Amino acid sequence: MPRAFTPKVVTANALLEGDVVYLTEDNRWTRDLAEAELLTDEAVAEERLLDASRRQSEIVGAYLADMSAGTNGPAPTHFREDFRRTGPSNYHHGKQADALSEG
Amino acid sequence: MYRYNDFDTAFLAERNAQFRAQVERRIDGSLTEDEFRPLRLMNGLYLQLHAYMLRVAIPYGTLRSAQMRQLAMIADKWDKGYGHFTTRQNIQYNWPKLPDVPDILDALGEVQLHAIQTSGNTIRNVTADHFAGAAADEIADPRPVAELLRQWSTDHPEFQFLPRKFKFAVTGSPNDRAVTRAHDIGVRMIRNDKGDPGYEVLVGGGLGRTPMIGKVIRDFLPPEDLLPYMEAIVSTYNTLGRRDNKYKARIKITVHENGLDTFRDKVEARFAEVKPHFSGVDQEILREIEAHFAPPAFRNAPTEAYEAERDANPAFRAWADTNLSDHRAEGYAIVTVSLKKHGDTPGDATSDQMRVLADIAERYAHDELRISHEQNVILPHVHVSDLPAIYAALRGADLATANVGLISDIIACPGMDYCALATARSIPVAQEIATRFEELKLEHDVGPLKLKISGCINACGHHHVGHIGILGLDRAGVENYQITLGGDGTEEAAIGQRTGPGFAYDEITDAIERIVRAYLEHREGPDETFLMAYRRLGLDPFKAALYDDAKGKAHAA
Repeated sequence: MPRAFTPKVVTANALLEGDVVYLTEDNRWTRDLAEAELLTDEAVAEERLLDASRRQSEIVGAYLADMSAGTNGPAPTHFREDFRRTGPSNYHHGKQADALSEG
Repeated sequence: MYRYNDFDTAFLAERNAQFRAQVERRIDGSLTEDEFRPLRLMNGLYLQLHAYMLRVAIPYGTLRSAQMRQLAMIADKWDKGYGHFTTRQNIQYNWPKLPDVPDILDALGEVQLHAIQTSGNTIRNVTADHFAGAAADEIADPRPVAELLRQWSTDHPEFQFLPRKFKFAVTGSPNDRAVTRAHDIGVRMIRNDKGDPGYEVLVGGGLGRTPMIGKVIRDFLPPEDLLPYMEAIVSTYNTLGRRDNKYKARIKITVHENGLDTFRDKVEARFAEVKPHFSGVDQEILREIEAHFAPPAFRNAPTEAYEAERDANPAFRAWADTNLSDHRAEGYAIVTVSLKKHGDTPGDATSDQMRVLADIAERYAHDELRISHEQNVILPHVHVSDLPAIYAALRGADLATANVGLISDIIACPGMDYCALATARSIPVAQEIATRFEELKLEHDVGPLKLKISGCINACGHHHVGHIGILGLDRAGVENYQITLGGDGTEEAAIGQRTGPGFAYDEITDAIERIVRAYLEHREGPDETFLMAYRRLGLDPFKAALYDDAKGKAHAA
């Protein structure tokens, strides 16, 4: 019996800024994990990654990251992805600071 | 200090122009990331967890005040107002944007700095003793040799695609402050029985996944053979080193798998081929470089002001006792400025702090600054009568922490807060340990203790050679920290021994405190340092403190 598929999001780094981005359902790159498309079907996930990887002039290093379905969109299952969506723990820099300035 | 000639300036300008065009082609879509990546890495540009990272070489750790000011300007204009000094005497900017990087490189070029070969499978920044030209115990200044190696290795056509990265360190002192035994090649400037100068050459040292102590491949190399012999070693490695497995590609594995004698035979054969091509021009260039490193004009001045401040100001005295080292010149001292304020990020300096350091260096320290592999800043030539004023200026910039060589003077790699390779965080672990020992007011009583933290097995934080080493790993999706004891990065280099199972993120600080308390309990007296006690006692008492105690507590609870 095949193993259960862990849901995924397509994530990458933006080409110009280098910050973390996620693929949305309508094919935008968002900075906010809550807006990312949660992929629950393995075949669909692979196809979405393949398409995203072709967008070389927008992003670098697209891959599928494990997520679970949270109350506010996809939620990381590993601490590495938790840091990527937040920023470093020694300074209030990165996404945690950007979110503040936008809000 | 070395100043560029017309060739250097033209070379750097051309190289920066090339990279500017490469960045433009990447942004306009003419280059894919696969095509661009090796080009950006050759120019020190990484892509990390949250952003790009630009690693700027500080050759053999030496800076002028104007260079430090420019590093501060770059931090303000294109980054977030700070820089991170690394264990390879480089500075890293954590937040540059790709379109800005060509401008940053041009700004670096204005002050004769660059980011060439700070990444990729090339010969990296040549590091040296951070007390070079100043230390009382020095035989010869290692920086001219390091500069010669830098010029020889920069854009060396044979060595742009080595099996793996390649690191040199040079020391001119018998007390090894440059960790030469943990480098691909370590060069030690020595004198033979007749008093002639020459080099002891070490090969195959390195930390990382498979830590190894460098082995002596030549116990006395005559000065004129230095470059041909280095070329022979790297050339032999370039053809013999493994390219099938990245984890077995460093020269330490090449030497280990082939055996030192076989490797040496091949190097000597290659040396015989290479040597005739060196006409002696390399030695002429070395003489010219040496002229750049003439010692400053040391002054003869009274030292009473220093003694008086020591008597009057206990905080100054405590700082002087930990942060000064012996200088070769009468009345002078070497100042180590700690970038390890308790609770702060090891090795980080704000742009304001960089400017204060530049001002102090210009006014009091013959315009010289050094970056140490221990992530501190050195003022190498200071007359002791100027120390009270320097201390006051450092205090004003939050740079007067009196902890050099103590447990809170921690080396820590960026870890998972920045690095894409990391398996766990290291910075917050360092912050918490330093804060704990500050609260306990224990570290001056504990005395010399080198604690080094790496956030992955690549060991940028040199944990293998820490008296206490911490390695952060990912164990089933949770951060876990392994402890090693008894490592040593000096001329008596040793790899630390693992204590046993690792500790969780919220357990590691307690574990370190238990080790330190066990040392205090078992030492014969304050003169027996942690490392001496470990060598006498072995692992057992520390294992007992780490593991038996924890079990006891669990049982009691």
